[in-house]
Amino acid sequence: MGKIQERLNQKKILLSDGAWGTFLFQKGLEAGDCPELWNAEHPDDVLDIAKSYVKAGADIILTNSFGGNPHKLKHYGLEERAFELNFKAAEISRQAAGGQCLVLGSMGPSGAILMMGEVSPEELYQGFLIQAEALAKGGVDAICVETMSALDEAELAVKAAKEASGLEVVCTFTFEKGASGQYNTMMGVTPLQMTQAMIACGADIIGTNCGNGFDQMVDIVKKIREANQSIPVLAHANAGLPKMVNGETVFPETAEIMASKVHKMLQAGANIIGGCCGTTPEHIRLMAAEIAKYT
Amino acid sequence: MSELIDKISICVERGKVNLKAPFPPDLKEQPGADEYTREALEKGETPEAILQACNQAMENIGGKFSRNEVFVPELLMAAKAMNVVMEHLKPYFKSGNIKSKGVLVLGTVAGDLHDIGKNLVSMVIEGNGWKVEDLGSDVKTEKFLKAIENCPGCIVGLSALLTTTMGNMAKTVVEIKKQYPDIKIIVGGAPLSARAAEEMGADAYAADPQEAVKYLNSWAS
Repeated sequence: MGKIQERLNQKKILLSDGAWGTFLFQKGLEAGDCPELWNAEHPDDVLDIAKSYVKAGADIILTNSFGGNPHKLKHYGLEERAFELNFKAAEISRQAAGGQCLVLGSMGPSGAILMMGEVSPEELYQGFLIQAEALAKGGVDAICVETMSALDEAELAVKAAKEASGLEVVCTFTFEKGASGQYNTMMGVTPLQMTQAMIACGADIIGTNCGNGFDQMVDIVKKIREANQSIPVLAHANAGLPKMVNGETVFPETAEIMASKVHKMLQAGANIIGGCCGTTPEHIRLMAAEIAKYT
Repeated sequence: MSELIDKISICVERGKVNLKAPFPPDLKEQPGADEYTREALEKGETPEAILQACNQAMENIGGKFSRNEVFVPELLMAAKAMNVVMEHLKPYFKSGNIKSKGVLVLGTVAGDLHDIGKNLVSMVIEGNGWKVEDLGSDVKTEKFLKAIENCPGCIVGLSALLTTTMGNMAKTVVEIKKQYPDIKIIVGGAPLSARAAEEMGADAYAADPQEAVKYLNSWAS
């Protein structure tokens, strides 16, 4: 049994962490910089973010490796350092987590669209293999393939993560609510299609992240639950949809608002909850207090 | 409409690029936009008629996209087929038989690496008869300013896909407006809304490529 499943058996509901990107910008990451390079050049700042989520009461923290796919690192001329930067990302979160928290190695999309022929499936698979192997060697407990929109790319990532790490693999997709009121990814995938395809290719935990505030995430989790009743489901909601206030990006859902909706997410059938863009350690702290009522 | 032009238009709307293209599966091993356009020009069809039919085809698929009847893959493939047609028509643009509607300077703002949305907009707008100066992704303000200097009278399109780069978009809008108050700026991307666009001082917001086309065409020369 994988470590997350084991922990879920003990505790029923697990809390993961909040946003990393917004946090890195606060710490001085400049527009156009590579966030993953910070694992090598500003490890203390990255460690600080990881620690702040451990302190806030998260059961699971992620790693600063969302854009660590070699295909994506190519943009900065860093593809040769893919193994190193992902390895370091895992080491940093492992150090922050100690024995108390589990560490999920983050793997985001490559940025390429397979059907456009920009990159071959083999190339993409190799890239995910490198990333997953580095994360596993750096000490993660499981891999989280996240923010996916295309089934073909997600399947390659999940299979590569399994092959390279032998660990549990989580896979999450980002859905948008369309004009018809239906949820689809930008590539047209529904929660039902995602659920079936990801279970078929071996994902241990599935779910949804980003793109939506808490209420919509509850709807999406319900759709996933309609498709499958038993697989553990993870949901990472944004702190609402961002607004511009005096030239600054502001997320409308405060920690209090999000915490007050935790029970809805649990009712919908989520097993692991956490935050995406705009959420902070304070969001996680208040959600931890809320979850404690149910476990 | 002649039968050949009709076929080109179907290939564009369905995203059938050429004979070799496997997409869409039901048109496999059939000629695509590439072959039919060549044949149509050889047989004396006018480039204007072909272009008009293709613009209609792009409008159809764009409408389906807006209504969520099709998604990014279908729209991307249609735009790809359209671009193949445009390759054939290029010589006629150069000779002045067909005029470009204007220039759109386009890019994702600094810090934003996702450029799927921007590429989509670029292909659809180019397919609609505009010249697109694509500055790529992660574009700093200075680069936009330089491009505007080189293309007087252009319209500027800014894209952001990450919530974290909305602030950079706002800064770029302010900076462009400061130096070029008359330049029109249209913005789009996942975290944006019409309200956010207005707050940052942009002239228009497009929720999808079709809306961008509509706005641009209201300024077409």
